Amino acid sequence: MDHSLEEFAAAVGVSDPVAVVGSGSRGGGPDGVRTVSAPAGIARIDAAEMVIECGAATLVDEVLDALAALGQTVSVPSGGTIGGALAAGQSDITRLGHGPLRDVLLQTHFVAASGKLTKAGGPTVKNVSGFDLCRLLVGARGTIGFFGDVILRTRPLARTSNWFVSDADPFMLLADLYRPVSMLWDGVSTWVRLDGEAGDVATAAQRHGLVTVDRPPEPPSTHRTSMPPSALVSLADQPAGSFLAEVGVGIVHHHAPLSLDPSRIPGATAIADLHRRIKEQFDPTGRMNPGIDPLGS
Amino acid sequence: MTTPALDAAIGALRDRVGSKKVRSGSTETRLYRRDASNMAGQAGVVVFAESTADVQAAVQVAQRFGIPFLARGSGTGLAGGAVPPDGAIVISTSKMNQIISVDAINRQAWVEPGVLNLDLSNQIAHLGVHFAPDPSSQQTCSIGGNVANNSGGPHCLADGVTSAHILGLEVVLPDGSVVMFGGEEPEPDGLDLRGAFVGSEGMFGVATKICVRLMQNPPDVATMLMEFDSVAEGAQLVSDIIADGIVPAAVEMMDQLCLQAVEAWLHAGLPVDAAAALLIECVGEPGQVSADVARIHELASVRQVTNIRTAADDDERALLWKGRKGAFGAVAQVKPNYYLHDTVVPRARLAEVIEKVYEITNRYGIDVINVFHAGDGNLHPLLVYDAREEGMVEKVHAAGREIVTFSVEVGGVLSGEHGIGLEKRDLMPLMFSEIDLAAQEALRVAFDPNLLANPNKVLPNPATCGDMHQVPEGAWI
Repeated sequence: MDHSLEEFAAAVGVSDPVAVVGSGSRGGGPDGVRTVSAPAGIARIDAAEMVIECGAATLVDEVLDALAALGQTVSVPSGGTIGGALAAGQSDITRLGHGPLRDVLLQTHFVAASGKLTKAGGPTVKNVSGFDLCRLLVGARGTIGFFGDVILRTRPLARTSNWFVSDADPFMLLADLYRPVSMLWDGVSTWVRLDGEAGDVATAAQRHGLVTVDRPPEPPSTHRTSMPPSALVSLADQPAGSFLAEVGVGIVHHHAPLSLDPSRIPGATAIADLHRRIKEQFDPTGRMNPGIDPLGS
Repeated sequence: MTTPALDAAIGALRDRVGSKKVRSGSTETRLYRRDASNMAGQAGVVVFAESTADVQAAVQVAQRFGIPFLARGSGTGLAGGAVPPDGAIVISTSKMNQIISVDAINRQAWVEPGVLNLDLSNQIAHLGVHFAPDPSSQQTCSIGGNVANNSGGPHCLADGVTSAHILGLEVVLPDGSVVMFGGEEPEPDGLDLRGAFVGSEGMFGVATKICVRLMQNPPDVATMLMEFDSVAEGAQLVSDIIADGIVPAAVEMMDQLCLQAVEAWLHAGLPVDAAAALLIECVGEPGQVSADVARIHELASVRQVTNIRTAADDDERALLWKGRKGAFGAVAQVKPNYYLHDTVVPRARLAEVIEKVYEITNRYGIDVINVFHAGDGNLHPLLVYDAREEGMVEKVHAAGREIVTFSVEVGGVLSGEHGIGLEKRDLMPLMFSEIDLAAQEALRVAFDPNLLANPNKVLPNPATCGDMHQVPEGAWI
């Protein structure tokens, strides 16, 4: 790694407001606040253990390239840094088949508001030793601590991975296809990614009338809405092409705000209180990424 | 054990949830003093909750009178997580056992915490889906308990342990408020409190409704039993398979003493002369399964596999799995008592660690049965012994500590799926520094400022409750 965890911790310090920045691809840190950068660089890839260990400022694309050379991959959105992706907590479009981003982080050394290096999780894929701070940190947008290094769970690259398109009902396809990796629907067409043995993929495509394409359309990046996957059917009223929905997941990428009923979360006040107590416990002076609220959209 | 505060709390509980659901007689409080570990406490009162409102009332009464409380599912936990502190309010969720709704297309279901793990999969089998975590206790363990312990099982190698299969939780927080963590929405705003709650061993509140992810049943399955003349060759094959880019649904290992004990009990046709056997299951589309099986055969031939038995049909597959999942029950064929460990080590170190387990147990004169999730590197050495032999309990204790310590030293962790509970609480410093543990304590305090939710578990040196620090008599035996 380009600098040590101890140097990173020293840079974070113990008292003044501080923000962590990666490549700035997700908007960077808050204005007017001193910034620090986590270590970058791949320390270890072990295909037999299905793990990669790297600095949090390592570029996602560098990680994906290095893993691909060993027949592995990791389900992290392309672009930016690993730490930035984890802090944002948004999964990529393979969530349907590969699970959410939060499941890839096995262990991290993070710098706490006290400036101390703190370990969360463990180095093995299976681990229930103590409370799950890793999942608390993923999506916390740097308000609980700053990722220093991470161990991520990887997966073997599929022998065959193809995209298809279909005009069939996306919910019927979801019901019938065996473990599709991704299904994207724009109100008219559905793009499907199937991984596996070439013969299986071809058979499934033929059975369901899927047509091969190079890749799906790029999802709109202006808005991202989360809704129950069973509610996606309501998008049929939206203009075709104005959105791309992750069928079976419930993420909608769209150009303009959707006119949807706001979801009502039971116990919202108690949840806000719990967020406040967690912040007070981990960062009592509010110095970590000040001004950012994970509850704010 | 009664105190004025407990007596008053029992009265308040009867007022709030009804006398029929509140039991404070010695039969009930003694019955609920332990889980499936060898440790015991003493319940003060047992509340048989039938609804979220009942749970909320019990938690509010606990807070009002300053009495510790804990939820309990089926009591199958192995780490003492459901052993009550003396005089605690035990909230049984076993009567909250309804499957509330199932969405077979989007593969989600809402269930109450007392639904039994295998009952859920059996009830939805006709929809072509199942709940993936499958602890060996799945016939009796509850989904609520799975959530509390972040439970695993043989088929978690490919699909992950419980946390990967929990989408949302309705929770009664320790302050009595009812909240929703996560849910059917994939990315709700805020911190991943769902993720933080799963595996919190009852110390962050009580789950009263659970939204689970369901997995499609595979169109094809192949189950193989491979025999080896040495544990090391079998263990090395496990690493070879994963390194080759194959992730079977399950890879389980049984050593010779295990094979012999199980065969004597269940007559599953297991190879009693083999030093070790691997039970490997591949699932998926037919072409994928066929390719994986062929490649695993090639890799096994390099590792001197002496015999491969492939299940011809579902009946034979069930028999092989019965042998694996019945291993703990077969222990009585060897000795009357056992102590079970649950460490995880890197796959590449499996053979070395198992050799160390044999060396340690030989040195102490203890028999050991190894039956474990080899694909995950999740060891389950069963130290079998007769507690009536003088000094044996102390030997088992000492040998266990050496096994756990060595597992952590080679890059492993304390627990893969049983949790920390009381059992491994004081071993947490092997893996975590004081700073690391303080961060975990901070999360606990945020959830439970008064430290009444299942206190005395997971974290050594709790911030308060000094009189609760002692591990109950019987721990580690």
